Amino acid sequence: MVSGLVLYLFSTAFICYLTFNLRQNLATPLVWSALFWITILFTAVNSVAKSFIGEKKGRDIYYYSIANPAAIIISKILYNFLLCALLSASGYWLFFLFLGSPIHDKVVFAVLVLLTSMGFASSLTLLSSIAAKANNSTILMAVLSFPVVITILLMAIKVTKNCIDQLGWDASWDELLTLFSINCLVAAVSYLLFPYIWRS
Amino acid sequence: MVKHWWKIASILLLAYTVVAGFLMSVPRLNILNESIRALYFHVPMWFGMIVMFLVSTIYAIKYLRHPTTKNDILSVEFANTGLYFGLLGITTGMIWANYTWGSPWHGDPKQNGAAIALLVYLAYFVLRGSVDNHEQRSRLSAVYNIFAFAAMVPLIFILPRMTSSMHPGSGGNPGFNMYDLDSRMRMVFYPAVAGWILLGVWIATLRIRIRNVKERILELEDYA
Repeated sequence: MVSGLVLYLFSTAFICYLTFNLRQNLATPLVWSALFWITILFTAVNSVAKSFIGEKKGRDIYYYSIANPAAIIISKILYNFLLCALLSASGYWLFFLFLGSPIHDKVVFAVLVLLTSMGFASSLTLLSSIAAKANNSTILMAVLSFPVVITILLMAIKVTKNCIDQLGWDASWDELLTLFSINCLVAAVSYLLFPYIWRS
Repeated sequence: MVKHWWKIASILLLAYTVVAGFLMSVPRLNILNESIRALYFHVPMWFGMIVMFLVSTIYAIKYLRHPTTKNDILSVEFANTGLYFGLLGITTGMIWANYTWGSPWHGDPKQNGAAIALLVYLAYFVLRGSVDNHEQRSRLSAVYNIFAFAAMVPLIFILPRMTSSMHPGSGGNPGFNMYDLDSRMRMVFYPAVAGWILLGVWIATLRIRIRNVKERILELEDYA
């Protein structure tokens, strides 16, 4: 599964490289940022969606019988967080390889990527479990996740721009803090609501 | 008659809003000028939307605690009414923006936030449409409703305040705040908010009654 996602990332980055190789200086920093976040968003949606939709039929019942829902949602969120962080990191590396990197504040950007992965993981995991219970899962996953995730992406795009412009910690502090609190909010709501989905 | 006092109050308040909103004098502010009267019609839409969505979320929580059809219907219909208010809010805002900003859609942070908030609730109805099982649908949509409301709070209340916006009342633009909303406007604005919210509750109760009757008909048909 992970190798499939890495291939997905690789081909996206490679397509970007092929397109922007046609003419020099086309991949301006802001274009880079847009491409990067589009790639990360779709990889994250694809990977996290698998966490419930991809589960085999019987395994749900098995999990249901051995663990309580709180443990399951927390472990799924943690796993997805690590997965998203890994994918974002390798995504950044691939982009760096093919398109170069306009990011100057590396540390701020690393913190941002971690926080964004956390946000994606905590919001998409619950939505994935909802989508898995409904029938036409994959389309529904995109429809449900888009409006929720966009808050996180707005922050991410703004901080990325700050990182590109070398504005340092002071400029991005507010956004990072907001992102962190949104993550906490979403994770707490997921934790509280998950038992109700799990039961059905 | 005793039970319906608030419906009568709603009609009276809205009649007062329309008459006083168009006829009473308003302060002359830069940029806004006469278009400041949109305050009586555009801003209460958002107040109404938030109240409707809040009620909808409360009934969604109630549904998760006590899964009854009644709680589900209340939750859905308040969300429906809230969506109408949101659409009207966006539409009135666009009409206003067309004259004040020069184009209906200006990509202002507040406009984008409002549009995304509406998408959240449209997704809620898509979710409801895609589950066949009655109980499953109610439960999943109740969960999504609560989740969506939690996701909407930062979108509407926090993010627009962090960015500069051309919307009146933020970024030094004249508009709705305690310094330049003078007492003449308050006299129309507060009744307008109360009137529109009451009208929203009224619409929601009508929809709930229609929904109940439909459910009852289905039950009787199943019986026959």
